[in-house]
Amino acid sequence: MFKNYLKITFAILRRRKLFTFISLFGISFTLTVLIVGVAFMDHLFAPKYPELQRNHILYVSRTEIRDSGGTGANNSSVGRYFLHEYILKMKTPEKIAFATAPNTINAYSPNGTKLRLFYKHTDANFWELNNFDFVEGKPYTQSNIDNSEKVMVINENTRDDYFGKGLPVVGKSFELDNILYRVIGVVRGSPITRFFSSSDVYIPYNLKPGDALDKDIGGSYIVMLRGKTSEDLEKIKAEFESIIPKVPIPKGDKYFKPYKLYSEADSYIKGFSRQFVGNRYSSGVNLFYFLIFSLAFLFMSLPAINLININMNRIMERASEIGIRKAFGASSQTLTFQFIIENIIVSLIGSVLAIFLAAGAIYYINHCGIIPYADLTINWKVLIWGIIFSIAFGLLSGVYPAWRMSKMQVVDALKGGD
Amino acid sequence: MISLKNINKTYRTSTVETLALNNISIEINQGEFISIMGPSGCGKSTLLNIMGLLDEPTKGEIKVCDETIQNFPDKKLAHFRNQKLGFIFQSYHLINDLPVLDNVELPLLYRNLSSKERTRLATEALQRVGLSNRIKHYPSQLSGGQKQRVAIARAIVGNPSIILADEPTGNLDSAMGNEILEILIELNKTSGTTIVMVTHDEHMARKTNRLVRLFDGSQVF
Repeated sequence: MFKNYLKITFAILRRRKLFTFISLFGISFTLTVLIVGVAFMDHLFAPKYPELQRNHILYVSRTEIRDSGGTGANNSSVGRYFLHEYILKMKTPEKIAFATAPNTINAYSPNGTKLRLFYKHTDANFWELNNFDFVEGKPYTQSNIDNSEKVMVINENTRDDYFGKGLPVVGKSFELDNILYRVIGVVRGSPITRFFSSSDVYIPYNLKPGDALDKDIGGSYIVMLRGKTSEDLEKIKAEFESIIPKVPIPKGDKYFKPYKLYSEADSYIKGFSRQFVGNRYSSGVNLFYFLIFSLAFLFMSLPAINLININMNRIMERASEIGIRKAFGASSQTLTFQFIIENIIVSLIGSVLAIFLAAGAIYYINHCGIIPYADLTINWKVLIWGIIFSIAFGLLSGVYPAWRMSKMQVVDALKGGD
Repeated sequence: MISLKNINKTYRTSTVETLALNNISIEINQGEFISIMGPSGCGKSTLLNIMGLLDEPTKGEIKVCDETIQNFPDKKLAHFRNQKLGFIFQSYHLINDLPVLDNVELPLLYRNLSSKERTRLATEALQRVGLSNRIKHYPSQLSGGQKQRVAIARAIVGNPSIILADEPTGNLDSAMGNEILEILIELNKTSGTTIVMVTHDEHMARKTNRLVRLFDGSQVF
């Protein structure tokens, strides 16, 4: 039966080459965009270099202090006081690391070239919770920090731009904001989309100007709480929630009277969704997924409607075949199934083309420099989603025409679908 | 084998009501080969379509193989057609995108048969109509007579009890038409298949067991 469906599908594809081209172009273009979209989502959310331990880490990336009138809020990352007095004293995490979000700064290479760099202040554990590849040297340690050594780790691009391509640089001086640092390590770079770990330059947190004087709950740090296993994360989350009420709320003024602190230890995806669609009560992760799938659905719907139109035209061409099949024993259900299968086969052919097109698009994205160190890939997850999307597309564009076809009266169909 | 009682068929549009069949009652016995004759538009094909369960009467009762075909759900009707009926059409109605063998196999697709078994039965059917050397050809590569022989092979491949032929020789010259009729007569004699044939050709009709004449939707004796 399936072989027969395949034969007729290919015969019809061969028969109307223009229709076939339009159909396959629409399908493959749509699926290419979706596959690239899935590859980008995978790039954003899958544990990838250097954030390979994401599944064992909770991130504290925000604090929110609401005022008593409920009309205002002070939002920021984690401040030094909250970090040192409360978070670093937590018992359940196996290891805690922290780093600032990437900031930008201008630097000038020894030959006078202006460089716009991302820099980040981190503690020593940062290098344990993120699996950087050191192409030269090593990370700074707690001992470097305790001795207030002016050391830094840079990435390959920064090395190439500042010192020269591929040169050995460990031990050399790097001037940043009028301070001379000693380079002690060079890492393979990571894309800026890995916000918690990516930077051009890494400096010990204690060298951050004014850090020691910071007494605020809010500040500029993102904290990473690692459990031994992913099961530990619930315990860590519970402990984190238990310390929030203990943090003393700062006094305000007549304009802003703080009364409650909100802060969350979230998984990577929940932290991400909270930033965009969530709030202090909910990470909004379900809404986030809903929006992503809705967007994909909407994106598929427009070409699918077009394909429905093309398919409806094809029904009339195949009216006689429908009549014959019905006369010789095909039920409406069997015919619906046949036409859906045919449409899915066409969508799968489109998806094979789309995979090649997407591979080209991904190669371009990875190499054009829009996102330095971008590492989008077509892996098995992306392929599975590509197949799911193509089947969904096949169903979306095939069910209605198939249903209309199958409901055709035999006598009418044999007369040519009048 | 086929029993029609007081069959009426009316076609309605918003402005016109046309009575295509008027109070037709026919009994067809097992193994009979009957012809339905009449001028164009007298309701011959409509009657055949009703016998073949391809169309529904507006009024009346129809029994095929002792089963009253009324309010049969779509699936049951499809199964019944597949098991009991075979069709031959004037314009062949072959699927041009499929080779001869696949066209003949079509009724068997809706039975639980292996691909091997389907191929065997379809090849046998093609041998019976003398076309075993054309199994890989496409319909567009065949003459009218060959196409109709493929259509006959498709009609008999599932070994149905009844074959309904709607002007099977209408598109063929007389020599080819006679050849097709001989195949049908042979089938009727050797397999005992009940055959109902619509025809315009008096000469062909006389070769069958019985003749039913229609005029303006009514049976004329």
